[in-house]
Amino acid sequence: MANIQESIAKLFPEATFEEGDILMVNIPDAKWHALAKELKENADLSFDFLVTIVGMDWTDNLGCVYYLTSTKNNAHLSVKVTAESRENPMMHSVSDLWKIAGIFEREVYDFFGIVFIGNPDMRRLFLSIDWSGHPLRKDYDENPELNPVTTDSERQSDFTDTYVETPDGKVEKKQVRVFDENDFVVNIGPQHPATHGVLRFRTAVDGETIKKIDVYMGYIHRGIEKICEKLTYPQTLHFMDRLDYFSAHPYHHCLCMTIEQAAGIEISRRAQVIRVLMDELSRIASHCLFIGTFCMDLGATTMLFYTLRVREQILDIMEKTCGARMTFNYECIGGVMQDLHPDFVKDVKALLEVLPKNIKEYNKIFTGNVIAKNRMEGVGTLSREDAINWSVTGPSGRASGWACDVRKTNPYSIYGELDFEQVVRTEGDAMARFKVRMSEMEQSAKIIEQLIDNIPDGEYCVKVPKVLKLPVGRWFRTVEGCRGTFGIYLESDGATSPYRLKIAPPCLPAASVVDLIARGSKIADLITIGGSLDYIIPDMDR
Amino acid sequence: MFDFSILTEWIHSQLLQFMPEWLAVTTECVLIGVVLLLTYSVLALFYIWFERKVCAAFQCRLGPNRVGPFGLLQSVADMFKILIKELISLNHTDKFLFALAPYLVILASMLAFAVLPWGNGLQIINFNIGIFFLIAVSSIGVLGILLAGWSSNNKFTLIGAMRSGAQMVSYELSIGLSVLTMVAFAGTMNVVEIVEAQNNLWFIFSGHIPAIIAFIIYLIAGTAETNRGPFDLPEAESELTAGYHTEYSGIHFGFFYLAEYLNLFIVSGVATLLFFGGWMPLHFPGWDGFNAIMDYIPSVVWFIGKAIALSFIIIWFKWTFPRLRIDQMLALEWKYLLPINLFNLVLMVLIIVYGIHF
Amino acid sequence: MPYEAWKDNEYIESLVKELQDNGTNVVVGTLDKLINWGRSNSIWPLTFATSCCGIEFVSLGAARYDMARFGWEVARSSPRQADFIMVAGTIVHRMAPVLRRLYDQLAEPKYVIACGACAVSGGPFKKSYHVVMGVDQIIPVDVYLPGCPPRPEAMIYSIMQLSRKIKVEKFFGGVNRQEKQQEFLKAHPMEGVED
Repeated sequence: MANIQESIAKLFPEATFEEGDILMVNIPDAKWHALAKELKENADLSFDFLVTIVGMDWTDNLGCVYYLTSTKNNAHLSVKVTAESRENPMMHSVSDLWKIAGIFEREVYDFFGIVFIGNPDMRRLFLSIDWSGHPLRKDYDENPELNPVTTDSERQSDFTDTYVETPDGKVEKKQVRVFDENDFVVNIGPQHPATHGVLRFRTAVDGETIKKIDVYMGYIHRGIEKICEKLTYPQTLHFMDRLDYFSAHPYHHCLCMTIEQAAGIEISRRAQVIRVLMDELSRIASHCLFIGTFCMDLGATTMLFYTLRVREQILDIMEKTCGARMTFNYECIGGVMQDLHPDFVKDVKALLEVLPKNIKEYNKIFTGNVIAKNRMEGVGTLSREDAINWSVTGPSGRASGWACDVRKTNPYSIYGELDFEQVVRTEGDAMARFKVRMSEMEQSAKIIEQLIDNIPDGEYCVKVPKVLKLPVGRWFRTVEGCRGTFGIYLESDGATSPYRLKIAPPCLPAASVVDLIARGSKIADLITIGGSLDYIIPDMDR
Repeated sequence: MFDFSILTEWIHSQLLQFMPEWLAVTTECVLIGVVLLLTYSVLALFYIWFERKVCAAFQCRLGPNRVGPFGLLQSVADMFKILIKELISLNHTDKFLFALAPYLVILASMLAFAVLPWGNGLQIINFNIGIFFLIAVSSIGVLGILLAGWSSNNKFTLIGAMRSGAQMVSYELSIGLSVLTMVAFAGTMNVVEIVEAQNNLWFIFSGHIPAIIAFIIYLIAGTAETNRGPFDLPEAESELTAGYHTEYSGIHFGFFYLAEYLNLFIVSGVATLLFFGGWMPLHFPGWDGFNAIMDYIPSVVWFIGKAIALSFIIIWFKWTFPRLRIDQMLALEWKYLLPINLFNLVLMVLIIVYGIHF
Repeated sequence: MPYEAWKDNEYIESLVKELQDNGTNVVVGTLDKLINWGRSNSIWPLTFATSCCGIEFVSLGAARYDMARFGWEVARSSPRQADFIMVAGTIVHRMAPVLRRLYDQLAEPKYVIACGACAVSGGPFKKSYHVVMGVDQIIPVDVYLPGCPPRPEAMIYSIMQLSRKIKVEKFFGGVNRQEKQQEFLKAHPMEGVED
């Protein structure tokens, strides 16, 4: 840590530092791009993984907090950059260094109105062109009459804006076409059976070959981050269920951990074990559904029914303990809501017994099938460098040879004590992504096996003050969700509700990388690629 | 075996008693038309129900079971609804072609019915190029699909239609060649004579190796011809929403829906005719007692039973395999099936010339 | 399901009474019955899901709940061929025009089930700036189904309710629900779409 601080201070004397969980660097916007270049390209630092960009409104000024990780040294760093003016906020883009920053910056622009100089595509990401105001600013006017519900088709533009800095320091606005004038653009989505929800790909095709994809999001943008600012801490929890509804438990886990860390609450070991058990159970359920829907996208509908059989069994276990099939709201601040159901251990053991047989069956029906092999092998290959550059984490990242499992790299809860393997494959194609998930189910079963007989006694939830106030400060925690690294950024001003709660979902990068890896392949491959990346639309749109 | 030609001759002679010949023939045509339409719709409804039940069985489900006994009336209810569902007329489409397309598709499958040997003497028309006629009319269907995709003025339907065109034109070759192999073996294109030739032993047994190869190729190509999984690219649901018939509603869509299942029946019917003896019961040379027992089962039951058994296999394909990609599908045809087929034809000719068959 | 087991018979009875106030001709009545038998037993959903409820809808198709028993499993991806939209999930501002267009693309007779708290009223996202507070603001809804997400059993119940509603409809003459629908559409006009 000190090492990083020294080397940055040497190069950038104007930088100031804030100690904390993760070292924070304050840097003026003018120097930010130079620092970013240094951070990325300096061999000693090599912060190559941009976890997220948190847009911030500190009432008197706007800015961003960048969370960076070095995959080589497993070091973390955050950088705080403030825009100069509030009326016309501008910052320098780093989308030339970290590719994913292009999308993250669009999100910040959409929510806060900060314009990024040098970003090639400065359109709004989630809200329509005509949306008035930037919703996450503190002075946003929520009057519904300003932005009424309309049934008129949304205004579309063939152009995108880009801001370029001229050598004499002025900023110019330019318009660029998204597609060529003669492109044959097919609209895949938002209502389309293979987009797993309401995502829209504007796809320029040449015959059946894809030339370019414009990913168009926001069809399920529900403004969760803004709602959270109006709710108390325990109330914010239940939105985690509705983000990625397959990995509700890990997401809950993350937010609970962040709040507990901030409030200094220690939870019992029993609660820890229960949380990990639930995380892993939901990981199996999620991967089951992934296999099913992925196979259905490829045309093998029957597989869906076989995988749902196991999923239903897991949902039964969940239902007995949590009381719901999908939106559990089980983990709470201080532990878990209720104690385990008496049948829990028995049911989980029954599940562990049938799971290997089922995985074997899936492999028999699908994985070895010659058509399936032809459809998946070599399709949508994502290299390790691109995976890091585009922040594609989770099973998709690990299929590209990037060992990015947070449970291993930064163990949280009791994961450090558990014996399991991080599944990494090097091919990076759709088949690898499929196989990684298949093996992860086995690894999750292994974790459950270790814990199921050793659930310690104790209280399942520690006493937490009825009205929870967090001290002033900022916290950032990541967990391994079912689809990748899920991060929560929490900033508190000492009140009962968060000042800013930023959700860093794994699915946003996964969807944005589609354009990169689908180019040059067939329309049918786009479905394979989309299915294999396994993004959940409400998760990326929030 | 009961010969249905006795019955048809009798009807003909009865009609001749009180009307001139031309009127009698016309009356018969109308009668046949009505019977054909009825058979057509009943078969289609049965097939829809059958597929839904079979698919449910593969997926550990029950399938339709609420409407009528065993859900038998489910497809009837579906048809009632489809009949009175709104026909949406679209702007910016070629109205005439848009309306024509479903009729072309249904016409093609109906014409093919004309030469299928339903039973002993039960055949609408018997002429010496029966098989050739069958292949010719079944190709009209692709025209309907292409028109449907083109006239809808929709990008998905257009892609679907183009896929379908490429697919049908390619796989027609395989069907034609495997049929040719069997025609060479039978020595005739007359449907009745082909069936009669299998009196002692079905072609799949008597033609042994080349017949089996031809059968397998025919089954693959036939599945592709009917646009069914794993070759359902023209209507690939996860890629092209509903493919070439995305814009069709009401009974126009119903026609596509019915034609798909009827084509399934026709493909299995032709396979039955060429490889499994048409309506001919299972006969083995020398087993007279067994053969006599088999003769008690009516010929119509034999034909339809065999066709349904073969359709079951094709349905099984659909609910097991993932879908191919367009380039892989074309590669399969042009790089594998076609050369094998040509080789198989030569093999068959050698076998006929040297008489190495049963 | 036996008639007594339904919880809201008064509602359906009043609906029947309203529909049959004018009396019907025997032939037309019988035809109506036949048509309604077909329609109510063959309700094909549109493949449409925006969020969590959509996954429960998938479960509804799976082996345990098996909606194929009732003949609902023919989920059509093209709105032209479907009979009803199960609005499964939150509808946001950007999605609203799309949903309305999908509804307009459905062929008559068409029905809507607002499935889940979000579609009924905005649900947990009541305080959001981007969520439509109930899909009945943009399309006419036939059956409201609460729950977050509703259990598959509840979904079966809601489609059965829809089926009952269809059964008392009239194709020929009489008061028609389509008239009500037209009224709704007049009150919520859409640009660029005639009649």
